[in-house]
Amino acid sequence: MSILVNRDTRVICQGITGKVGEFHTRGCLDYGTRMVGGVTPGKGGETVADLPVFDTVAEAVAATGANATMIFVPPAFAADAILEAVGAEIPLVIAITEGIPVIDMARVMPVVRASKSRLIGPNCPGVITPGQCKIGIMPGYIHTPGHVGVMSRSGTLTYEAVWQLTQLGHGQSTCVGLGGDPLVGSSFIDILALFEADPDTHSILMMGEIGGSAEEEAAEFVKHHVTKPVAAFIAGQTAPPGKRMGHAGAIISGGKGTAEAKLAALESAGIEVAASPADMGAAMVRAIEHKNKKKQK
Amino acid sequence: MKIHEYQAKELLRAAGVPVLAGKVTRTPDEAAAAFTALGTPICAVKAQIHAGGRGKGMVKGSTQRGVELAKSADDAARIAKGLLDQTLVTIQTGPEGQVVHQVFVESGCAIERELYCAILVDRHAGSPVLIASTAGGMDIEEVAHKTPELIITEPFDPDRGLSAWQTRLLSARLGLPAASWRAAEQFFKALTKAFVNLDASLLEINPLVLTKDGTMVALDAKMTFDDNALFRHKDVAALRDETEEEPAETRAAAAGLSYVKLNGTIGCLVNGAGLAMSTMDLVKYHGGEPANFLDVGGGADVKQVTEAFRIILSDKNVKAILVNIFGGIMRCTTIATALIEASKTVGFTVPLVVRLEGTEVEEGKKILANSGTTIITADGLTDAAKKVVAASKGLKA
Repeated sequence: MSILVNRDTRVICQGITGKVGEFHTRGCLDYGTRMVGGVTPGKGGETVADLPVFDTVAEAVAATGANATMIFVPPAFAADAILEAVGAEIPLVIAITEGIPVIDMARVMPVVRASKSRLIGPNCPGVITPGQCKIGIMPGYIHTPGHVGVMSRSGTLTYEAVWQLTQLGHGQSTCVGLGGDPLVGSSFIDILALFEADPDTHSILMMGEIGGSAEEEAAEFVKHHVTKPVAAFIAGQTAPPGKRMGHAGAIISGGKGTAEAKLAALESAGIEVAASPADMGAAMVRAIEHKNKKKQK
Repeated sequence: MKIHEYQAKELLRAAGVPVLAGKVTRTPDEAAAAFTALGTPICAVKAQIHAGGRGKGMVKGSTQRGVELAKSADDAARIAKGLLDQTLVTIQTGPEGQVVHQVFVESGCAIERELYCAILVDRHAGSPVLIASTAGGMDIEEVAHKTPELIITEPFDPDRGLSAWQTRLLSARLGLPAASWRAAEQFFKALTKAFVNLDASLLEINPLVLTKDGTMVALDAKMTFDDNALFRHKDVAALRDETEEEPAETRAAAAGLSYVKLNGTIGCLVNGAGLAMSTMDLVKYHGGEPANFLDVGGGADVKQVTEAFRIILSDKNVKAILVNIFGGIMRCTTIATALIEASKTVGFTVPLVVRLEGTEVEEGKKILANSGTTIITADGLTDAAKKVVAASKGLKA
C-alpha cells in the first residue's frame, strides 16, 4: 500500500516533446514507472522515448488507459493543460511547471474542486512511491521503500529530508511535493488524511515554510485527526520579514506566517520539531520512538 | 514587481477607478507649477518611493515628512525641495532609507470618512478576495491583530468579479450612507477588474475616502504585480524603476535567478527556495550569518550559474561561499561545470565549500576533482555548514 501512486499507475506526460518533459519522462521510465504516453498539441503521431504522443489528453486517455498525468507544459499554457487533464477526468493530475500566473490558478481551482480529479502542485517535484512509481523530477536513488510518509512545500528540501531518512534506515511509503505557489491543488491536510488512512504509512514527516497559515492548519488537523507520529521542519526561520524568498508563498507579512507562530502551533499539536534542516530525519526517528514508548506504557 | 503610487493611479484611472488629479514632478519649480495647474486650494505633496509608511516617515537629518499638505505654490516648492534627492526613512525602508527622485503633487478633497480596502489572492479561499475595513489610514496589520471584527473579507471569481450584492454588503458593513452605495459598487467593481486584468498580486487603497459629496476616491494606491504574469503585460513591466531596487537583485532577476541581499558574510548558492531558506537557517544555527538568499532554480544553465557566482562575489562582505545543491531538475554536473567556469572567468577570492547530492552527483564530483580548482568538499548539511562558518572566520574546520 501507499498513497496516490503505485506500480499499477499508468502515467502520461503533458509536454513530453519539450526538453525537460522528455528528460524526466525518461527518468521516470528508468525508475520503473509505467509511462504509457504523452501529449503535445500538434505533435500527435510522433514518439518520444518509444512512447506514443497524442494531440489531446482525451485521446491519450482513450488509447492508453492513463490514470495519472505529469505536466511539464510552459507556464503560459500550464493552467490550460491542468484544465484539459481535469476535463479528461484523469484522477491524479501532477503539475510540475514553475511560474504559472496566480490568477490563472485562481481560475483553475474551482474547476478542480468541483471535479473528481486530485491536483498536486503546481511548482512541485511530484509524487513518488519508492520502488514502485515515480512521477516527477526527484532523483530516484535517494528513496527507499518503507513506512514514513513525507510531504513538503519545497522540492529540494524534500530530497534532503528523504536522503536523511534513507541514511537512518527509514524508508518512505510515499513522498508528496505540494508545491511552492500561493495556490496549489492539495494541502498538507489533504495529504495528512491520506497518510493517516494508509496502513502502510506508520509515521509522517512534513516540511513547511514561512508565510501563509497552511502549517498552523495542518497542526490543528494533526491534533484532532492523526494518530501516527508526526515530525516537522519549518524553512525560513531566519528570513527577514517582508522579503520574498523565491517561493511566492514564502513571505512574512505582519505577525502572520512567522516561523515562531508555526513552531508554536506544531509543538502544541505534539509534533516533533526539527531544530535545523540537518535534524529532519532524526526528528522523525525521535517522534517514532516517543510514540512507541507511550504505547509500551 | 512594485511600482510608484503615481503609476498605480494612472493604471487605476484608466481602469475606471476614481482617483484625484495629480502630477508627478522632479524639481521644486515643477511642483509649484503643478500646484497652480491643479487649481485646488490645497494639495498633497507626496514622496514617491516604493516603500510604504511615507506619511509618518521622515527625511534623514531634517523634520520633513514624506507626505505633507501645501496651501500655495511656494509651499509645494518648499516641500518638494525638502524631499527631492533626500533620503526618506520609513518603517518599511529600514534605517538606511530610500532616496526620493520624484514627488507627486495631488489635488485635495473634502474627506468625510477614511476607509481601508485591498485585494489579494487568498490561499485558503483559492481565489482573490477584497478586504475592507472602517479603520482607514491605519496600519491594517495592527487592526487585523487587535480588532479582527473590523475586517471584512469578500472572495470573488476572477472572471465574474464582485457581484452587486457583495458590494452592497460591503457598503452596509462599512456603514456607508445609502446614497453612496452606487458609487461604492462602481468603485469596488472597477478595482477588482483592475486587479484581475493587470495580474496584480496586491492592490491596496489606504485610505479609501468617502468625500463630503458622497463619492468614493482612492487617496493612496499601492500596487505590486505577479512577476510570473509580467510576460503578458509589457506596459506594466515598462513601469519598473530599477533605481528603487537593490542592484544585485535586479541583475539576478535579469539572469532568471532569485536573489535577496542580506547583511552577513557567507554567500549561499542553492537550488530550490525551500532548501535555500533552510541553508540560511543552517548557517545561522552554526553561528554564521548568511550574506544572501540565492535560488538558482531547477532549469538554470552554466551561464546562469556563473552569473550567480559573480553576483555573490560582487558583495564585498562575503568571506566564504557555500554551494548546497540537491539535484533534481538541476544536474550536479551543471553546477560543477559552472563552478569551474566561474573560477576561470571570475576567480574565487574567498574559500568555497561545496556540497553536492542528487542527479548526476558522481559525475559532478568527478568534474570538480579533476578541475584543479581549490574547493572544500562537504558531506551532508552539518559538515558543510561547519566548514563554511569556519572558513568565513579564517579558521580551518
